[in-house]
Formats: sequence, C-alpha cells, structure tokens
Amino acid sequence: MTRIIDRRLDGKHKSAVNRQRFIRRFKGQLKKAVNEAMKSRSITDMDSGEKVSIPARDLSEPVFSHGAGGHREIIHPGNKEFITGDRIPRPPGGRGGGGGRQAGDSGSGEDDFVFELSREEFLELFFEDLELPNLVKTELAKAPDYKLVRAGYTADGIPSNIDVVRSLKGAIARRIALAAPYKARVQELQQELEALLATVAETDPRVAALEEEIERLEARIRAIPFIDTFDLRYANRIRQPQPTTQAVMFCVMDVSGSMDKSRKDLAKRFFTLLYLFLQRNYERIDVIFIRHHTVAKEVDEEEFFYSRETGGTVVSSALTLMKDIMRERYPVSSWNIYVAQASDGDNWHHDSPSCKEILVKHIMPLVRYFAYIEITPDRHQSLWEAYEEVRALYPYFALQQIDGPADIYRVFRELFKRRLS
Amino acid sequence: MTHRLISDTSEWSFPLLERYNAELGRIAADYGLDTYRNQIEIITAEQMMDAYSSVGMPLGYKHWSYGKHFVQTEQTYRRGQMGLAYEIVINSDPCIGYLMEENTMTMQALVIAHACYGHNSFFKGNYLFRAWTSADAIIDYLLFARNYMAECEERYGEEEVELFLDSCHALMNYGVDRYKRPSPLSLDEERRRQKDRESYLQSQINDLWRTVPVREAAANAEVTPRFPAEPQENMLYFIEKNAPLLEPWQREIVRIVRKIAQYFYPQRQTQVMNEGWATFWHYTLLNTLYDQGYVSDGFMIEWLQSHTNVVYQPSFDSPAYAGINPYGLGFAMMRDIRRICEHPTEEDRYWFPDIAGGDWLKVLDFAMRNFKDESFIAQFLSPQVMRDSKLFAVVDDDYAADLEISAIHDEKGYRSLRQALADQYNLGSREPNIQVYSVNQRGDRSLTLRHTRYNRKPLGDSANEVLKHLHRLWGFPVRLETVHEDGRVELVGECPRRFEF
Repeated sequence: MTRIIDRRLDGKHKSAVNRQRFIRRFKGQLKKAVNEAMKSRSITDMDSGEKVSIPARDLSEPVFSHGAGGHREIIHPGNKEFITGDRIPRPPGGRGGGGGRQAGDSGSGEDDFVFELSREEFLELFFEDLELPNLVKTELAKAPDYKLVRAGYTADGIPSNIDVVRSLKGAIARRIALAAPYKARVQELQQELEALLATVAETDPRVAALEEEIERLEARIRAIPFIDTFDLRYANRIRQPQPTTQAVMFCVMDVSGSMDKSRKDLAKRFFTLLYLFLQRNYERIDVIFIRHHTVAKEVDEEEFFYSRETGGTVVSSALTLMKDIMRERYPVSSWNIYVAQASDGDNWHHDSPSCKEILVKHIMPLVRYFAYIEITPDRHQSLWEAYEEVRALYPYFALQQIDGPADIYRVFRELFKRRLS
Repeated sequence: MTHRLISDTSEWSFPLLERYNAELGRIAADYGLDTYRNQIEIITAEQMMDAYSSVGMPLGYKHWSYGKHFVQTEQTYRRGQMGLAYEIVINSDPCIGYLMEENTMTMQALVIAHACYGHNSFFKGNYLFRAWTSADAIIDYLLFARNYMAECEERYGEEEVELFLDSCHALMNYGVDRYKRPSPLSLDEERRRQKDRESYLQSQINDLWRTVPVREAAANAEVTPRFPAEPQENMLYFIEKNAPLLEPWQREIVRIVRKIAQYFYPQRQTQVMNEGWATFWHYTLLNTLYDQGYVSDGFMIEWLQSHTNVVYQPSFDSPAYAGINPYGLGFAMMRDIRRICEHPTEEDRYWFPDIAGGDWLKVLDFAMRNFKDESFIAQFLSPQVMRDSKLFAVVDDDYAADLEISAIHDEKGYRSLRQALADQYNLGSREPNIQVYSVNQRGDRSLTLRHTRYNRKPLGDSANEVLKHLHRLWGFPVRLETVHEDGRVELVGECPRRFEF
C-alpha cells in the first residue's frame, strides 16, 4: 500500500530560520569577512552577494574523537604491489597510506568554511548599526509638516476653493424654496382668472386686477437671485500632521582636471556606498547629483558616475546651484536634507572664502548633515581651511580625508556611525 | 514484449510513478521483501537540501548547525560538485521516501526501488532497528520535540536554548544506551509523562545532594562508596538524571537529544549493510523489471550509469579515494552472498559450509535481520570479495618508524583482513571509549570521566572543547582521565582548568 504525495507546494525556505540562526551566531566572524571583502571589492557591483569565508575551527561542533597516534590497522582497497611485511616510509603529514578515512575526517577541519551571502545579507551586515545622522523620526505630535486632506464642505473660505457643483445645487434648492409660495399663489390666481374669463368679458375690471396681481407675483419670482452668497460652498481641507521620513541627498563631486582618474574612482565609490545606504534606509529618498568643474550641472546618476568632463575648479558654482535647488524643490519643512561632497581640495584660491559664505549663510541652516571628503594624500589647501571654519560654527558639518581605497569604508563608518542622541 | 513497456519518456508523471511503484512492489513481494507501508513524497531540490541538512529528520527542531549544513550542501550542489542524495528515506511507519522533482522517470524508479523497498525492508527487518527505534512513533516524537523546543525558546530565549543544545549535541554520540533496550516512544505517553517528570526528577536530583558539602579534607579522607557505582556509558542519560543544577526544561531537552541520538544509533552501525542491501535490491528489482519486459534498454543504461557511480570504489592511491565506499562494499558482499548460494566454489564450501549452495533469498534475509556492519563483515566477507577489491591492511604504529603492510588478499591474510575491516566498523573502537566514572559528592561536586585507551589511541584536540560543553551541563567542575593500557590513570583535561597540561 503506497501513498504518493506532492509536497512541492509546501512551504519553501524551511531552512531559512536555520540559516538566519547560523548567520546570527557567526555575525562577528561574518562582519569581519565582509569588511575584508569590502576592501578589495569594486563598489559598483554592490548588487551581488558576497562569498565569505570563516575559519572552520570557529564553527566546528566538537565531539570526542581519536587524535593521531597509537596503534591502528586500516584496510584499503586497490593493492597493486604490496605483500605482507612490506615497510613503507611514513608519508609526510601523516596522510596517505596510513591516513585513509581518519585523514578524511580530520583533514577537512583545517579548511575555511566558505559560503555565499545574498546581497541582502551582505548589505545587512555591512550597514549594520549605521544610520543617517540626526534623522529625527518626527513624532506625530511635534510634526512640523502637515498635509491637507479633504473633509467635506464649509460655508466660508477663499474663492479658489468654491465648489461650483455643490454651490449651484444649493442655489437651485434655495430658488425652489423661495419661489414656492409665489408659484402656488400664481397658479391659484390663474385658475381664478380662467374661471372668471368664462363668465365675463376681458375688459372686466376684476380681470385686470387679477392680471396685475399675477404680474406682480411673477416679478417677485424673477427677483429671486440666481445665486446668492448664501449658496456658496467651499471645499473644506483640514491639516493633518505628517511624519517626515523623506530625505534628499545631494551628492556633489568635483570632476575638474585636477581630479585624476583614481581620485574620481574613489569619490565614485564613496557616493555609491551612500546611494546604496540611502536606498536601503528610506522609503522616499531623492538623490540629487551635482558635478562641477568651473560650472556646476545637475545630472542623473548615470552621467554623474560615468561621463567624462574636465576643466578648472570653482567649488562655489556647485554650492550655488545646490542652494537654488534646495530653495526651489526641497522646503526644509518637509525634507531632511543631507549633503555629501567629494573633492580633491583643489579650488581656485579666491573662491574658497565665497564657498564659506554660501555655506554659512544659505546652506548650513537648511541641512541636517554635511559631509565633506577630501581625496588627497597631500597637504590641505584653501578649501579645507575654509571648511574648517564652517565646522567651527556648525557641529553637523563633517570633514574627512581619504588616502586610498582602503580608507573608504572607515570614513564611511566614521561619517555615519550611529549617533547616540 | 514491447507492449508491456511502462514508459518510454524521461518525464515522470504521477500516473507513471504509480505504475512503476505497483510493478516494483509486486516484484519485491515476489522476492519476499517485508516492508512498512510506503509514503512517497515529491519534493523540490531545495526541500531535499533542507531534509539533507537536518540529518534527514523531516521535522527537525531549529538549530544553527542545520543552517550551516544547509549552506554547505547548497553550495556544493550549486557548484555542481555533488549531486544531491538520490533519496532520503525516513525510518518510520509508513516509511517516508523523498523523490526529487528534478529526477527523470528512470531515476524516480531507481529511488523507489532503492528506498521504498530496499531501505524500507531493512528498517523493518534488521534487529537493531527493531530493538532501538519505534517506526510508528518517531514522526510524532519529532513533532513533540520541535514544539517543545519552540516553546522553550519562547520562554527562556533562543540563545539560551541554542547554547544548551550545542552542549547536548557535543555529547550526542554519548547519549546512547548500547546494551539496554529503550522503552518504545509514544507521543501521548511522552506528553503525559513529561509533566510528571519535571517535578519528579527535580526531587530525585535533590536527594542526591542532600548531604551538605563538608570540608574538602574531610571528604577526601572519608571512604565513601563511589557514585555512580558502575561507570555509566550514557553520559546524557546520566546528566539528565543527576546533573544538580539543570532546570526541568533543560533536562527535557537533554532527553530529546538523547532520544534522537538513540534513534540514529542503528543507522550509524549499519551503514554498509543498509546501503548494500538497498543497492542490491534496486539492482535486482530493476533487472527483474527489465527481464519481464517492463522497461527499455535506454532505461537500463540510464540507471546503471548512476548505479556504477554509486558503487565505484577508487583505489587507495587515487585522488578520489576517501576510504572504503560503504555502497560498494555492501553491494559487493550482498551479491557475493547470492553467488555463494547459487554458484559456490570449493573455496566457498570451505569458508561458508552452511550457506554455500543454500537458498540465497533465505540467507540474505537472515543476514539482513541479524547483523550489524561489524558482525556482518566478520561473518560474510569472503576471500572472493577481498581479492576482487584487492584489500590490504596497513599498520600505523607511532612506535614504529615505518608503516607496515600487515596483511594482503592472500591465503594467509584473509582472516586478519576480515577481522581488521570488521573492527574498523565497530563503533566501540571508532569512537573513544569514555564513561562517567565518578562524582565527588562530598567535595567540589566534580564529575570525572574516564577514557579507556584502545590500541594506545589518544584523544583528539577537541576533547577540551567538549569538556567545556559538559561543564555547562553539569554545572560543576568536570575532569577527564585517561586509563592507559598498563592501568596508569592520567588526568588529561579539566574544565574549568586548574593546571596546564
């Protein structure tokens, strides 16, 4: 007696729980492996998972077993030339002839345990305990931002909110209501008039009196206004508090001639990380890419990272453009604004003071966090000095210097490490 | 006879599965195979890996180590380094066999023959399985265990339970009664008893510790009867009953791990026989199916190819060599027994006077029922098989400078080869012999284990790690002593450590 059951539709990922537990348990080792992997990895392929390895001994499950040594007799198949009593030199490392199954058991203990993290798991580990700084998940009670929602109609309001259909409906009702008594009276009088005309001549004074009365009543009906201020109805909108979790990230990068290819590459990596980070953390994020040399330009992501352009350097051009975009499109009441800027610190000398001025006057009051990374192994130049003055005024302005690819991750962590508020 | 062909396509379908299963069942019954009812379940590759990584338990409780095995299995599978196990079959009644949906019709038929008739009849017939496992209750028990663990996790925290399970797993191989037959499992009884047990056990344990600890000097001077009176081989059982500090739920978990260890104990002792038996029967059943005209030549070639891979034994100097292949050895021995019955030679009559020329079905059935790997090899490994696989024995002695070939497949060597190979499958010599020796009841309450050396083999490095786990379970210091062959006792491990070794 046999039953055949199709189990294929049963729950998938039954092992997911065990896998998660495995990852949780070895988080420490995995994180280390992920950090190692980040050092050599090109950031642009962040879309894939990562193969990580953990020293196998860290996750071994120990059991009592025999160690090497003692007397053992092991059977092997496939004899070719041995006869009883032959002596064979011990193979180095204790493997081979005498090893057999035993070696198979213990030998695997030395290899690393290699396995593949999915992209999600990789990013989870990579971005763990990171958070955009100072992001206030605005509580409902203190919401600085409101959204207007419809809530019926009111009798007063501004002309642009007049609801025409509703107002005219009201007007019709009013006209019918006001005219009703007159109309009834008119009907009565007309019937009376008809009855009278059947008996008397048209010239009868009573006829004239009735006609006059009807005329008077109809005039009253005509005098009822087609529309009255009383009829007007306005769409009612009430303000509902809205939590702000939307953020806009400005990525500003110097693509001038002084930024050579490797520097650009570093900056690209930095932004790629930021971009991924934002994508992961927020429901709604706008990312604005501004690249600049002597003039600044707002570009799309593709162009930001991959198109080539060179020229001199005027950093203030980018700051001015950014200021304008903020003003026009990202009111501070509903957006958390973050800025990340990458440059080699090389700027037209006389431009640095104006950079400072734009920052202090127009930009810093609006943003929540401003991160500036300078990609140079050299001494700092005028821009850094100007920015240091800004930092003195605003604690949420951060500067970091990057020397090589290995620094990126450190700086990234540094900039965005979870702040204890 | 081609009109009898069941199918001519590699695509399987449910009606075809049923037809193959019906024919195979008929032939198996003709050969007298006695099986549990079959429950064939079609699963996906992922589900197969899942079952594979939780050591074939269909309803395993959750633990990170299963996640680790899953990850390993998944990788080797994805990289194509390893085909998945053809089948996983659960020793239960009804016997659950898993078929992977990716398999071709031929492979499904192979798996049905192998698992649903081969393994199934072994589970039902072999004395170890009959004595140690209760096929009708295991699924219920696993379900009980899984729910109980989940409940504990909710109450005491996942991490707490996980750490505790780690410790139990480390001692799993020592959670087995080797000689005493366990009482049969039953879900209802288990549930009912579990509640009573909690309170009862706790009172029992306290009794052991009723004496207030006295000063160490006095304790050592006094001669007290050793506890336990006899060394205990089942460490987990000893801990469940005697560990002073365990909470009732922890005792229950020890018990669950112990029961599951016990359930798998026969499988660990009958690898060669079990696989050999199943392989022999799929070979025989499918050949019979062919002889009766139900399957085509293409069908035969397809399954024979994977059959050959399964039983292939690389020789010792091949890079693929990883010890003796239990499928290969088992299959060779089973076929050899049939050969000895049907076409005995002079040699066979000398070596196996009572079975040579006998009824092969009866002899095989007897062998399947009454042996485990160790005794099966000691009894049935014939000179013919030793010659065919060119077996030889190497002595690796750390006192000698060189390895020595102690026996080869010749007249002088047969008996000692056979003895050595049987010993290689003796769990008792494969695993270190460690038993609970004593508990210091009056002093520091320490637990002492004794390892009795076999052939001077020392313990592996992991022993100290295991001691840490044992320490977690016992709650007081644990020591490990080794008894050398000359009777000398040496302290080789301790947790927490007082001395360097």
